[in-house]
Amino acid sequence: MQRILDSQGNLVNGAEPRLSLERTVEGLRWMMLSRAFDARATALQRQGRMGTYSPVKGQEASVVGSSLALDPATDWIVPAYRELPALVRHGHPLERIVAGYMGKVASSAIPEDTNVLPNQVALATQLQHAVGLAWGLKLQRKPGVVMAYCGEGAASEGDFHEAANMAGVRRAPIVFVLMNNQWAISTSRELQSAGEFYRRAEGYGFPGVQVDGNDLLAVYEAAAEAVERARRDDGPTLIDCVTFRLSFHNTTDNPSAYLPEGWLERAEQEDPIRRVQTYLAEKGLWDDGSRAAVEGEITEQIDAAIQAAAAMRASRAADLFENVYASLPERVGRQRAELLRLTGGDV
Amino acid sequence: MAQRNIVEAIRDGLAFEMERDERVIVLGLDVGRLGGVFRATQGLLDRFGPERVVDTPLAEGGIIGSALGLAISGLIPVAEIQFLGFTHQAFHQIGPQLGRYRYRSRGRYHAQVTIRAPFGGGVRTPEFHPDAVEAQFVQAPGIKVVCPATPYDAKGMLLEAIRDPDPVLFLEPQRLYRKGREEVPDSDYTVPFGKARQVREGGDVTLIAWSAAVEMCLRAADELQREGISAGVLDLRTLVPLDVEGLVSEVSRTGRAVVVHEAPLSAGFGAEVVATLQEEAFYSLDAPIRRVTAWDTPYPPASLEGWYLPTIRRVVDAARKTAAA
Repeated sequence: MQRILDSQGNLVNGAEPRLSLERTVEGLRWMMLSRAFDARATALQRQGRMGTYSPVKGQEASVVGSSLALDPATDWIVPAYRELPALVRHGHPLERIVAGYMGKVASSAIPEDTNVLPNQVALATQLQHAVGLAWGLKLQRKPGVVMAYCGEGAASEGDFHEAANMAGVRRAPIVFVLMNNQWAISTSRELQSAGEFYRRAEGYGFPGVQVDGNDLLAVYEAAAEAVERARRDDGPTLIDCVTFRLSFHNTTDNPSAYLPEGWLERAEQEDPIRRVQTYLAEKGLWDDGSRAAVEGEITEQIDAAIQAAAAMRASRAADLFENVYASLPERVGRQRAELLRLTGGDV
Repeated sequence: MAQRNIVEAIRDGLAFEMERDERVIVLGLDVGRLGGVFRATQGLLDRFGPERVVDTPLAEGGIIGSALGLAISGLIPVAEIQFLGFTHQAFHQIGPQLGRYRYRSRGRYHAQVTIRAPFGGGVRTPEFHPDAVEAQFVQAPGIKVVCPATPYDAKGMLLEAIRDPDPVLFLEPQRLYRKGREEVPDSDYTVPFGKARQVREGGDVTLIAWSAAVEMCLRAADELQREGISAGVLDLRTLVPLDVEGLVSEVSRTGRAVVVHEAPLSAGFGAEVVATLQEEAFYSLDAPIRRVTAWDTPYPPASLEGWYLPTIRRVVDAARKTAAA
C-alpha cells in the first residue's frame, strides 16, 4: 500500500511528496470545508431543511487528493454521491448543491461550463458513462481525462466489470477511483470480495494501485501519475483508496446497529485531516492562528451557500415536466396541462 | 429511388447519416467486420473506419452505458443490441439512465442515442432472440419507442431517430427484414414520430398493430375481404410518442377495433391502446375492443411458436366477432 504520510502525520522514510506545500494547504482547506459541510448538512437534514445526505467524513483525503490532480478546464468528474469537495473544486457551486439537497430542482443544475456529471445513485452505472465519455473525448482528439468514483460495494456490480473491461479495450483516458471505505451501508468489505480490488486491474490490462486513502499526499501522487498516463494515451488506471467511513452511510442510517465494538475508535486514529495538519505544522505552515482563520472562512463560505440556496426559487409542480424531453410529446403535454389546472396555474 | 427491403433500407440510412454527420458512430456486437448478424451494418467499417464502426466487448449494459457517455462527449452513437431480448442485460442502462439523464442533470446533458434492436418471432430463433418486450420501455419516460414496419418507414424513421436529441429505441421486425422490397428514396427524408399510418382503408373494423404484426393484419384483412368484411389496418408506427388523435379518429369512424401484438396479453401495449380508446372514443364504439396477442407464457422453443404467436386465423376470428357484435 502506497503511503507518504503516516497516521501521525510524519513523512515515511525517504518520501518526497509531489504535492507542493502550497497545494497541500489548498487540499487541507478543501478537506476541512468538506468536514464542516458534513456537520452543517446533517444538522439541516435533522431540521427538515435538507433531504437525505451522505457525509464524506473520513474519506476527505481520497476525494480531495484525487481531484487535485485534475484540471477543471479540460478534465471531467463522474461522481457516485459522496464526492462533494471534488465537485465544488471542479466548479459545481456549493449553493447549487445545497439547493439540490433542498429539493430545488431547477436551481441545482451543474453549470454549462463545468465538467461534472450528476450524482449517481444506481451504483456503478456511472462507470459505464464515464468510460464512454473518456472514449468519446479520445475519438474527438479533445484534451481531457475522466475521473470516475465508486465504492467497494459498487465494485461488486456487473457494471464495474463491464466498464473496466471496455476502458481497457478502448484504452480510454480514465482514472477509476475506488473509495474502499470498508462499508456498503452495513455490509463489510470482507463480504464484498475475497480478493484485493486493485489486482483486478491487471485482468483488464491496465495498472491498479492501492494507496492509503487517508493520506492526502499518497492519493494525490497516485492520481497525478494516473492522470499523466491517461493524458499520454497510455490508458486507464484503477486506484484503490483504502479509507474508513467515519460517519453513517446517509442520514437515515444507524451504524451502531452493525459496527463492531471499537471499530470506529480505531478508524478515527487514521483521521486524514489531522495528519495533514500535523505535517503542515511541522513545516511551520499551520498553527492555531491559521486554523482559526481557515475555519472562519469556511463557516462564512458555507453560511453564504446555505443563504443563497434558501433564496433560490422553490420547485414548482410544472418542474415535473421540465427536461424530460427536448420537446414534450403531445400526450405528455396534455398531462402537464391537466396538472396545471389542478395547481391553478404555474405555482 | 431504389427498391429496398428493410435491412437494406436501414443500411442505407446508417450510411447516409454517417456521411452527412461525422459525429455519428455505430457500436455493438459484430457490427464491424461481420457487418452485423443481419448485415444491417455491412460495408460501414470499410467506408467509415474502425473509430466510427466499433465492435464492442460482449456486454449489452456496456454498449448502452458507454453510448450515453459518448453522447455526453459530443458524439451521436447508434448502438445495436443484437436482439431486443438481450436488452434484459442492459435494462438498467436504458430507462433509468438514458431515459432520465436529461431530467437528472436538469437539462445540463442529454442522451442523443439511438438503440437499434431486431425483435419478433416466426423465424425459429433460439430463446430470447424473438422476445417482444417493447412495452417494458414505454414505462420509461424519456425514451421514445418506435417500430417501423416497411422499408420506407425504416429508413425515414431511422434518420428521424438519429437526429432526435432524445434517446430512441428503434425496433426492427426481423421477420420482415428481407420479406419484400419497395421504393425507398436515396435522398434525405424523415418520417416524423407520433403519426400513425393508415395502411388500408376499411369500414367495418380497424385492425391496430405495429412492426411485423402490421403485415399479418394486412393478410388477415385480405381474408376478411373475401368474407365480405371490410377491415382497415392502422400502423401505430411509434408507441412513444403515441398518435392518440390518429388512433381515436380512425376507431371512431369504424366503431370497432382489434389490437394485435406479439407480446404477451397482460399489460402489453395493447392494453394501453384499449384504455386510451375507452377514455377518448367510448361513445363511438359499437363493440368491445378485442386483443389478439401471444399468451401469458414464456416465449417457447421454435417447435411451438406457431401456437404461441398471433396468427391470421386468430386475427380473422377476432375481427369477425367484433364486426358481428
